[in-house]
Amino acid sequence: MSEHTEHRLGAADAISEAPPADETSRVERAAAQTDETASWLTRTMNSPGMRNAALVLVLLFICVIGILTTGDLGENLFARKSNILTILRLGATTGVVSIGMTFVIIGGGIDLSVGAIVALASVWATTVATQDYGPAGIVLTAVAVGTAAGVINGVLVAYGRMAPFIATLAMLVSARGLAEEMSGRKTQTVTRQGFNDFFQAEPFGIPALVIMFAVVALIGWLILNRTTFGRRTFAIGGNSEAARLAGINVKRHTLLLYALLGFCCGIAAVMILARTTTGTSTHGLGYELDAIAAVVIGGTILSGGRGTIAGTVIGVLIFAAVNNIFALNNYTTSKQAIAKGLIIVAAVLFQQRINRNSRST
Amino acid sequence: MSKEEMNPSGFGRRGFLLGAGAVGAGAVLAGCTSNDDKKDAKPAAATNAAAPAAGNEAEGKKFTLGFSAPAADHGWIAAITNNAKDTAGKYKDITFKATEGTNDLNLQISQVETLINDKVGVLVILPHDGKALTAIGRKAMDAGIPVINLDRIFDSPLAYRTHIAGDNYGMGVAAGNYVAKVLKEKGVSGADAKIGEIAGIPSLPLTVDRSKGFADALGASGYKVTNSVPAAFTVESGSTAATQMLQAAPKLNAIWNHDDDQGVGVLAAIKQANRSEFFMVGGAGSRDAMDLIKADNSVLKATVTYSPSMASSAIKLARLLANGHGMGDLVEKDVPKIIILSSATITKDNVDSYLDTGFKS
Repeated sequence: MSEHTEHRLGAADAISEAPPADETSRVERAAAQTDETASWLTRTMNSPGMRNAALVLVLLFICVIGILTTGDLGENLFARKSNILTILRLGATTGVVSIGMTFVIIGGGIDLSVGAIVALASVWATTVATQDYGPAGIVLTAVAVGTAAGVINGVLVAYGRMAPFIATLAMLVSARGLAEEMSGRKTQTVTRQGFNDFFQAEPFGIPALVIMFAVVALIGWLILNRTTFGRRTFAIGGNSEAARLAGINVKRHTLLLYALLGFCCGIAAVMILARTTTGTSTHGLGYELDAIAAVVIGGTILSGGRGTIAGTVIGVLIFAAVNNIFALNNYTTSKQAIAKGLIIVAAVLFQQRINRNSRST
Repeated sequence: MSKEEMNPSGFGRRGFLLGAGAVGAGAVLAGCTSNDDKKDAKPAAATNAAAPAAGNEAEGKKFTLGFSAPAADHGWIAAITNNAKDTAGKYKDITFKATEGTNDLNLQISQVETLINDKVGVLVILPHDGKALTAIGRKAMDAGIPVINLDRIFDSPLAYRTHIAGDNYGMGVAAGNYVAKVLKEKGVSGADAKIGEIAGIPSLPLTVDRSKGFADALGASGYKVTNSVPAAFTVESGSTAATQMLQAAPKLNAIWNHDDDQGVGVLAAIKQANRSEFFMVGGAGSRDAMDLIKADNSVLKATVTYSPSMASSAIKLARLLANGHGMGDLVEKDVPKIIILSSATITKDNVDSYLDTGFKS
């Protein structure tokens, strides 16, 4: 039921932007067909569950490649517990950012400033003055700085009516600048051993960072799928005007989405502090692209209104696994970059195909 | 959208309270930005104190020294800029005129143009890209201003009076020789030795030179690099690259890490992986690395220098040029055309004599 509502919203959105006439009729026909004659098969294929199942297949395929290219089964480099945990640990930091990014993109926005916010939060949390307050001071500062930067993004987008692309681009530049200014472009070491001990711990053999990622993903899933907040996010992303007419405070909700992403960046900053034991203005370089790519691969649509947390998690894992396989095989980063680009293109084409099939058959 | 614009209640009382709360939080956080570390002794300047006034050190002709370098977004470049400033400050006959560091080629070109128009006495230029700034170096020389080309070399010898630079190939050779020597002492044969390399940005010529020097020196002793991963001179990239490499190589005998700035992340990753069966050699010569070598309680046993002290020497060369002096102990009446620094290998045995050249990353 909710799936159908989303389609209608999407179609209405398309019409309001006055597409060519033939396009309008095609969309209307397609919308009508999904309502009346969609077969069981296409409906299933178009459900988030099936799309994620396809993604899982892709991930499994990548894992098989990983196993085949890294030695005999007995001493396989890829399929070792420590390597799997390494993949998860390296994916965890961008993973947390990607969960927040999923919300913003489903809500019809985009945030280019996530990497810069992570850098700023990591620097602010490791100044000598902050570290005087101990491990709790470090964590609270990182999260507060991240959230505050997210709130500024949200205010600019929602109340300042700036295009998200521009507002967050400005934040990207200025947050990293502020981080450089604050740190004097030096690397700041975490001197509180308690902080390192806590976040580098491995309860039950699982690194704390992986547990943090899992918890953030689970809470994100609950918020998106089991709360009014989540449903409103879909509604706004599908058609913000319709959502406003339906009585949703679109501006406030948009602000909250960016604040939520800022909060996630704060957590990611804590994680990167734990991983590198330092805060610097060069942390988080390229996170915006990694996060957006993971979200898009995960089936979330850039124009908003549709997406899943599970898809994003799989998207993150696909990237982390590919990076790992290339490193295990001693390949260069240039080849990695090419592979990443191809994976993005393949994933998006694949999803478009599924969507088109479901509308026209 | 237009209806939203007419909505006057966008930023009501609650919005105001929220805003006030945010400002309050900001004020509290601002207290955390202080970075004055009272406990930390001020690092020694990277230059030897000017010798008692005699010979070349005696106060000479007053002149203006123009200085231009890339943005200090990396500990090494920051040290270059600081060393230049500090050394110039020691001489009463130098009026130091530095431009704001930039990675924008056009901006650096126009900055140097301004210095030429101001008719400075001597120019010291560390170009962001030697090829791109060749023309402007030539222009300065044609205008009768001697140019000291720091580190990244111009395309044409006509564009500089003197070139002073580090030796990237030699740095790799120094690292390779040290690794080979220690492995021989330990009785590890060339066939058994597992040698890892964590390189810098792979597309830069300096990275290619360093890797080649390393491979050549190892090859001369019958060893070869078995695992190589690139990083990007940042702490985070160092941590990620090292984590991946430790998975790819379950056992290692030695690692050369090209850059001490990224080395902070490399060491954090090694510690978290609980690995210590190998020894590590650093690169560049940061103060942190030297302190670790001196303490002798980590895998880091040596570092090969690419010292930013060359900026201090460049300022001294500028003085010699302005006064028409030659270099102290040499017979020639003029400053040489090219000076390539030798890459020193710093170990526990000689670290004390290098501590004052270590830069803060």
